[in-house]
Amino acid sequence: MVSRTSFRAGLAGFALLLLTLFAASSVRAADDDALRTLLTQLREADFTEKEALIETLVGMDHPRIAAILGALPESRLYYQEEGDRMVIAQSDDTEIAIEDAITGQPLGQVVKRDLDRIRVNNRLRSLIEDRLASLGLSSADPGKRRAAVDAFLRNPKPESVARLKARLEVEPDKKIQELLAAALALVDLASPEATVRAGAAKALGGWTQAEIRGPLLRVAAEDSDVTVREAAKTALAKTEFRLQMLGWAETLFFGLSLGSVLILAAIGLAVTFGVMGVINMAHGELMMLGAYTTWLTQQYLPVNWSLPVAVPLAFLATALVGIAIERGIIRFLYGRPLETLLATFGISLILQQAVRSIFSPLNRSVATPDWMSGTILLGPLEVTLNRLVIIGFCIAVFALLWLALQRTRLGLEVRAVAQNRAMARAMGVRSARVDALTFGLGSGIAGVAGVALSQLTNVGPNLGQNYIVDSFMVVVFGGVGNLWGTLVAGLSLGVANKVLEPWSGAVLAKILVLVFLILFIQKRPRGLFPQRGRAAEV
Amino acid sequence: MRVPPWLLSDRAGLVLLAVLAVLGIGVPALNLLTPPDHPLHLTAYTVTLLGKYLCYALLAVSIDLVWGYMGILSLGHAAFFALGGYCFGMYLMRQIGTRGVYGDPVLPDFMVFLNWKELPWYWHGFDSFGFAALMVLVAPGLLAFVFGWFAFRSRVSGVYLSIITQALTYALMLAFFRNEMGFGGNNGLTDFKDVLGVPLHDDGTRVVLFVLSALTLAGGYLLCRWLVSTRMGRVLVAIRDSEDRARFLGYRVEQVKVLVFALSAMLAGVAGALYVPQVGIINPGEFAPLNSIEAVIWVAVGGRGTLIGAVIGAVLVNYAKTWLTGALPEVWLFALGGLFVAVTVLLPYGLIGLLRRKEKAA
Repeated sequence: MVSRTSFRAGLAGFALLLLTLFAASSVRAADDDALRTLLTQLREADFTEKEALIETLVGMDHPRIAAILGALPESRLYYQEEGDRMVIAQSDDTEIAIEDAITGQPLGQVVKRDLDRIRVNNRLRSLIEDRLASLGLSSADPGKRRAAVDAFLRNPKPESVARLKARLEVEPDKKIQELLAAALALVDLASPEATVRAGAAKALGGWTQAEIRGPLLRVAAEDSDVTVREAAKTALAKTEFRLQMLGWAETLFFGLSLGSVLILAAIGLAVTFGVMGVINMAHGELMMLGAYTTWLTQQYLPVNWSLPVAVPLAFLATALVGIAIERGIIRFLYGRPLETLLATFGISLILQQAVRSIFSPLNRSVATPDWMSGTILLGPLEVTLNRLVIIGFCIAVFALLWLALQRTRLGLEVRAVAQNRAMARAMGVRSARVDALTFGLGSGIAGVAGVALSQLTNVGPNLGQNYIVDSFMVVVFGGVGNLWGTLVAGLSLGVANKVLEPWSGAVLAKILVLVFLILFIQKRPRGLFPQRGRAAEV
Repeated sequence: MRVPPWLLSDRAGLVLLAVLAVLGIGVPALNLLTPPDHPLHLTAYTVTLLGKYLCYALLAVSIDLVWGYMGILSLGHAAFFALGGYCFGMYLMRQIGTRGVYGDPVLPDFMVFLNWKELPWYWHGFDSFGFAALMVLVAPGLLAFVFGWFAFRSRVSGVYLSIITQALTYALMLAFFRNEMGFGGNNGLTDFKDVLGVPLHDDGTRVVLFVLSALTLAGGYLLCRWLVSTRMGRVLVAIRDSEDRARFLGYRVEQVKVLVFALSAMLAGVAGALYVPQVGIINPGEFAPLNSIEAVIWVAVGGRGTLIGAVIGAVLVNYAKTWLTGALPEVWLFALGGLFVAVTVLLPYGLIGLLRRKEKAA
């Protein structure tokens, strides 16, 4: 539906453009008269006659044709007795704005009852749609021209060939030129001449659309001429190769997408676990709180605005919860990592149950804003926009965190305490305050990750549990206390998972990755990028 | 008969053995000898429930052996428990024979349902009780041995070890959820009919299973108590307190750790094997990391490094769980979570620690 309305809106814009052109010159007076006669005939004709008249209309070289043909199937073309003229209505209310069909001049508001509608049936509608598509070929908008060629590919009509050829001569856009050539080659594929067929088959190699691949496959299997079959096979091989490359690119993209989610989930842990040495089993639940913050924001704000608001809110909310956890519980357990693990696990259970009691045990649906839904072409690859946004978001969060740790006073203190607590204290760093803020920072990032996750998975009380094992694995694999390690580990685990998936199935891929990690830790207990120096000995 | 000195000095242990003996005689008597309307009558449900607690207690003892004495916090003991359970479940599955829904003499129902034509190789032999009982020990023991061999040799310790044991049980859970694994996927193994030719749902069988659980718990406790009183037990504590120093003193730290870890896994496997016929089902949910961590908290509640504390903690927490999930289901996770926090922050030595402190003060 969306594409259709935009198509119509585009048509209207197109009409407007032509209108200005028209205003500039009045050379077309003669054409106008011819058009007027035709339209008058259209009013009186029966449906069969209308068909012929429409064909004549399509053949006419007049700037208003597209506007008139666009209005006709929507029953917006009227005859106005008052001025004895054809008009196009802008809407379908009782009071409607009209414009002159032939000049495009606005004629103000009239009551619909005073107008006489030009009727069409469905047969005529589809005829007009079809003709409009070919008219699109000469549109000024490249997207519309491409759509017109695509429409031809789906339903190649011999009568359109001449128009395509004519367009190919003047087409300025390189991509559309190629597409036009492919469309014409597709027609040639049915030619009686074997050499033409072979040439066409050769030209069609590398086009991955089903509309092109299908006929090519048929030719490769059934054509009577062996050279044509061979040409088709070579062309198909090229197509297959391209498809395979596209497949790999897609896998890579999905891998990066999964990897960025893993990084988002793990990066907060990298701060609390890596920098502070605190095992926070409630990390997943902090992400869950971030996701619920998104949901709450959407209850009060329009969906499109909710995410930019939810990110800082989620950061603040979870950072506060994190600081409360640190001040209330974890600070009594420093130096006893196993106890910290158990206590934070208890906190995770409490948070889960709290969400269940407050919000309900059922999943909450978080809406995706318009600017994040749909797909986008990234070169030849069609990718979903929300995944792309999340990859970008992950990079942004990582960069901000890195800057915070490297370039701010707090970051300096955090690193100092992580390296040598006693010495940092001796230099006047208030380590208790740094601990609380570090934990708050890590927790806040978990909340921000939760906002991103709310766009990908169900938001429910169990959201955090699904990520806790994975995110610990990422941190341990990357090497504790090393943000870059977390980045590399997250990306490589994401890609590895997606590369294995088509071969082994999703669950087995996950198991294999886990087993690999368990083995890897045996080999390198300190991860990919181990911390060096005295801190590593603790 | 002379009581060995290590047992004689273990007052709490003797109390436990006495309690188990009373239970082992009293529970069957109250179930079988009293009429159903008698006020002291124990229903089969209660007997099974008590039996379940004893299985959990044995699991807790096995965790306490590695955590309390050797300092290894395993978050994967539920995996060994579940493996033992699956081994025994496979035996029970084979016992169903032609009484399944599809009536296949060899294949369990879920395999017929998946259109499998023959038994996978790893299912062979499980029609024999002896083999299954052996596997209950071998499967978890072997997994623990291999896992421990790699992990301890490369000196993975502390929280790293905890995290990879958790990953281990998580990976196993995912694996057992797969239908292709041949362990019944999601539904696991259930619908058992009888064990050693005796119907499983008879009151008599349930009582026997309960008595067996009590005996096994007593045996497991004695084994662990004996182990920690030997020289090897001292080495365990030395490893817990300072692994490097124990190594420098010339002890083969890795070997001790692997052996005790495997032994503990076997105990957990036995607990699982006794658990399955009593609850009548085993499914991949038993591998869930939450289960392992819950079991660790039983030990923490009772007091780690005491063995007796593990038993007390397991029974108390599970009793509270049965009661709370029935009476106030929303409160249970709050209570469990609060217990984790309270025990670690306020009661680092658990209930036993609390008692000892009082004793000393008095």
